[in-house]
Amino acid sequence: MGSSKFVHAIYNDDDVLLSAVKMVKGEKFHIEEIYTPFPVHGLDKAMGLEPTRIAIASFIYGCIGFTVAILMMNYIMIEDWPMDIGGKPSFSYIENMPSFVPIMFELTVFFAAHLMVITFYLRSRMWPFKKAENPDKRTTDDHFLMEIDPSDKLKDLEKILKKSGAVEIKIIEKESH
Amino acid sequence: MYTISNRLKIFSISLIILGALGWSYSYVNSHKSLEEVKEMLAYESSHGDSHDDSHEVTNHGSESNGDSNSELSHHSNEDTHAEHVMHQIHNRPYAALYVAAFFFMMIALGVLAFYAIQYASQAGWSPVLYRVMEAITYYLLPGALIVLLIAIIGDKHIFIWMDPEVVAHDEIIQGKSSWLNKPWFIIRALIFIGGWSVYRYFSRKFSLAQDNDSGNKYFKLNFRISAAFLVFFIYTESMMSWDWIMSVDPHWFSTLFGWYLLASMLVSGITVIALITIYLKSKGHLDVVNDSHLHDLAKFMFGFSVFWTYLWFSQFMLIWYANIPEEVTYYITRIEDYTIPFFGMIIMNFIFPFLVLINSDYKRIPWFIVMAGIVILVGHYVDVFNMIMPATVVDRWYFGLPEISALAFFSGLFLLIVFYSLSKAPLLVKGNPYIKESENFHY
Repeated sequence: MGSSKFVHAIYNDDDVLLSAVKMVKGEKFHIEEIYTPFPVHGLDKAMGLEPTRIAIASFIYGCIGFTVAILMMNYIMIEDWPMDIGGKPSFSYIENMPSFVPIMFELTVFFAAHLMVITFYLRSRMWPFKKAENPDKRTTDDHFLMEIDPSDKLKDLEKILKKSGAVEIKIIEKESH
Repeated sequence: MYTISNRLKIFSISLIILGALGWSYSYVNSHKSLEEVKEMLAYESSHGDSHDDSHEVTNHGSESNGDSNSELSHHSNEDTHAEHVMHQIHNRPYAALYVAAFFFMMIALGVLAFYAIQYASQAGWSPVLYRVMEAITYYLLPGALIVLLIAIIGDKHIFIWMDPEVVAHDEIIQGKSSWLNKPWFIIRALIFIGGWSVYRYFSRKFSLAQDNDSGNKYFKLNFRISAAFLVFFIYTESMMSWDWIMSVDPHWFSTLFGWYLLASMLVSGITVIALITIYLKSKGHLDVVNDSHLHDLAKFMFGFSVFWTYLWFSQFMLIWYANIPEEVTYYITRIEDYTIPFFGMIIMNFIFPFLVLINSDYKRIPWFIVMAGIVILVGHYVDVFNMIMPATVVDRWYFGLPEISALAFFSGLFLLIVFYSLSKAPLLVKGNPYIKESENFHY
């Protein structure tokens, strides 16, 4: 109790890493986390991660921005200070709608983009002044690190990792939660 | 090798025959005399059929006669009104034929431009679809010649500036007559069609030659002529859009009309590529085409639908906002007399594809692409309909026998020519340097 062992395997090529992930997965080991200096195409699928739901969040944020734009322009241009738009003093939102479309579009994009980025950071547990979590500085440069739970087959795992082309294998003790 | 199935052949030939019969019937039927038209108008007004005279006359007056005095006299003159209506009834079969002919020509031309972009950008994902694209562009030469033929035969029934009577009383058209005159119109059209067809001929030839070539010689040639064609295309496409579409309203002009039509062209073209690819796949051909290729096609359908909306709206909003009479009459006719096609088109071309194709997973499901694709194609037919009809038949429009028959005729012809061309060469290019990348394409 108290602490558990993890294996850190370091690779220096994304293709080697990808095939190593498939090998380790194939041997039924559990991959805790992978640290990479850049997004590796297809890694999420190889690791068996759930597909991202950020697209759904983005759609909802877009709808919010769209609504905000309509309410805002309706308040500013129709209710609070009725404007004669394009020489057509109808003072109705729907009849002046074409001139509000650019704002509706911009705010949809604005809300979707900004809230999506913020959501992504929060979901990845990143916020200002947060201490870096990555265990090895080289993963911000040109190395890839795979953290694996060996359960009780440490020897087997080390053999597999060597075969998979790891340039370095470390065993780490971590406080368990 | 693909062989055109008998069912498809019979289907398209019967479409052609039915279309031809239906159109001929409505053509003969449209020859109403002035007396008959007057009788019809009297019948309509006695039955409370709301027929707004003032708009009718204003619209037609602004098109055919810039003189406001004569507009007033039109208003009070029942006979001239009946004559206008008679002309509109005469125009309808020509306009219906022209809309359908142009729509299918536009698909082939859009695909040709898309195909040239694939070569010029040395795209790696699309070579498995090249034969489908080449087959669709095979329709371009006959299709464009038919459009030109209808324009020449339709004459003043479609293009009011071809009527010397009208030009004689219209200073604005007189001022444009150095561009808008029949011989120069025909020469320009032949230059456009000639240029496009020469590119089509050589790129197809090189594409077939590359199949049996060990090097990349023909691929490189194709790259070069595609880049040159795209330059030629963007100029001629823009001028073609003024000539063949915008000049039906010779008083009205829009500077981004060429782009607007280009967006329509590309989105309908790419949709047809996707539909034919899905059809061929369902028949057990083209098994190298995987859902990533379909995903990319659907992304283009989505993207160009949004692009179309962007251009449509840019054109609409500026004219709506500025509210200059000579410009805004274009949209007033369309919104008042064409309410359903005008707003229906925006739903079909933007809102529907936007909501259906926005989800990444749905872009890989063939029946979803087919559903969205059919709506997009209908929407862009209505787009062309909205460009031609208000200038030719004004409020005497209806989606009836002449329109349906013309559509049937040209869809039959299109299917027959495209699938005939598909059966002329192997469905998969060989020897293209990117073919392996394309076969293994995954996303």
